[in-house]
Amino acid sequence: MYAQEVKSTGKGLKTLEEMDPEERAFQEKIDANIKIEPKEWMPEGYRKTLIRQISQHAHSEIVGQLPEGNWITRAPTLDRKAILLAKVQDEAGHGLYLYCAAETLGISRDQMTEQLLSGKAKYSSIFNYPTLTWADIGAIGWLVDGAAIMNQVPIQRCSFGPYSRAMIRVCKEESFHQRQGYDIMMVLAKGTPEQKEMAQDALNRWWWPSLMMFGPPDAESVHSVQSMAWKIKMNTNDELRQKFVDQTVPQAEYLGLKVPDDDLKWNEEKDGYDFGEIDWGEFYEILKGNGPCNKERLGARQKAWSDGEWFREGLMAYSKKRKARKVAAE
Amino acid sequence: MTGDPVFEFALRMGDNCLVLGQSNSAWCGHAPILEEDIALANVSLDLIGQAKLWLSLAAELQGEDKSADDIAFLRDVREFRNCLLVEQPNGDYAQTLMRQFLFDAWHLPMLTALVRSTNVRISEVAEKSVKEAAYHLERSTDLVIRLGDGNDESRDRMQSALKALWRFTGELTTPDDVDQALQEDQAAPDLDEIAAHYEQYTQRVLREATLVIPDVSGMQIGGKSGLHTEGLGFLLAEMQSLQRMYPGASW
Ligand SMILES: [Fe+2]
Ligand SMILES: [Fe+2]
Repeated sequence: MYAQEVKSTGKGLKTLEEMDPEERAFQEKIDANIKIEPKEWMPEGYRKTLIRQISQHAHSEIVGQLPEGNWITRAPTLDRKAILLAKVQDEAGHGLYLYCAAETLGISRDQMTEQLLSGKAKYSSIFNYPTLTWADIGAIGWLVDGAAIMNQVPIQRCSFGPYSRAMIRVCKEESFHQRQGYDIMMVLAKGTPEQKEMAQDALNRWWWPSLMMFGPPDAESVHSVQSMAWKIKMNTNDELRQKFVDQTVPQAEYLGLKVPDDDLKWNEEKDGYDFGEIDWGEFYEILKGNGPCNKERLGARQKAWSDGEWFREGLMAYSKKRKARKVAAE
Repeated sequence: MTGDPVFEFALRMGDNCLVLGQSNSAWCGHAPILEEDIALANVSLDLIGQAKLWLSLAAELQGEDKSADDIAFLRDVREFRNCLLVEQPNGDYAQTLMRQFLFDAWHLPMLTALVRSTNVRISEVAEKSVKEAAYHLERSTDLVIRLGDGNDESRDRMQSALKALWRFTGELTTPDDVDQALQEDQAAPDLDEIAAHYEQYTQRVLREATLVIPDVSGMQIGGKSGLHTEGLGFLLAEMQSLQRMYPGASW
């Protein structure tokens, strides 16, 4: 998801009996669905895992501005321009809430930014694909925000108070994101033959990367167990991926578009779709930094940060001067 | 002057907002700090909304069954009526901010006066826009002061931006026959009064920002009558590309 590669530092699941009293009290709180607040005691592993997860999530929101931001100046009508700009601006806001939530755990926004820009911190694989046509903006809203919602709705109930509250604010805005994307697709699918082709092409390119957003298959995601016991991960990757496919396939049908998977088939028995094999090789290449736009995305963030240095320092210099003047005047 | 001065005026006001909103929106995702990214996107959103109000009015007055989108996306450079200031390139963030400040300092008194326009349609749009413009000016004023009076580099950058852009400010308050026709009907303000206000406000703020207004000789005018600088063609080529490539499609 927006945090696809969170390595949990918990060493293997302990039973309540094996825990020392502090840890046991902590786990019992979580089991009773009582929120953990920043000033309270927490295991070091919980803190570290959450910092990684929330900061990856925040970085994804920020880097996620770029592929869609790419089309703001080319949006085809005034309304589409305004809607897209408001949407991308929301993502910046999401980044901000999440950085603030992570800061309550004892890391600064500057530190997190540094980790992103140095390539040490990860962000979602999905944002390393290019947006080539206007239909990509529709596909992203529909599929990428759709997948994000699927993941974020349960995190509203996660055990860490600030993260849970940030997710509640974020989720309020996400449904508008998905709707505007689906609406773009709808107009294109009902438009000229060229527009319909554009929509189908976008679905072809974004379908599989969207399924990868949920992260590696459960069998390979070894860190999930501890995170689920801590209630900072509420569902397994495969569960959410299945839910997403089941929800999205009928939406594609409604648009009159074909999901690019020849193995896709309704399975009566499991009451869900069977679907084809995901190319995990492609996914891991992207995580390694070898996706089609990894260099461009990170490069754009690095450039924004270094070009903006004078601005941030200028403002700091002014506020220092002002304080000094105030002191002198007193 | 040919045609309806109210139509011309609506185009000028609308194109100013459209071109400036369009340029600012290119910063989304690339601004110096997250809070600034969000704030500048807000300003762009306001301007695009105002552009739609003015251009809808223009479309209606034109009476050819066109929409605001037709006007925005299907005119070429020579038909655009925005002032030269707003079409100047984004440059560094200092130039973007200075451009915004020099525009806002004119836009607010202009809209404030237009609220009292004898033309109801103009006053309606002004009424809807004036609060936003007041916020824009408050914000750009504050940043110009803080960065001008910041450190050496921020002052240098703001000073260079002012030097590059000041020569486009004269046009804002130089009346032509459209302005005069509207002023006679009390549909738009006397630009000399706006000029006095503009001068006083910008001088005060720029002094507080420790910036020096460059020599005023050689003010550039032309945008209001469709004589633009070279950058506008590129801005339009980008903005209009889909509408041009797929004529008649709906989006
Ligand atoms: Fe988001
Ligand atoms: Fe979103």
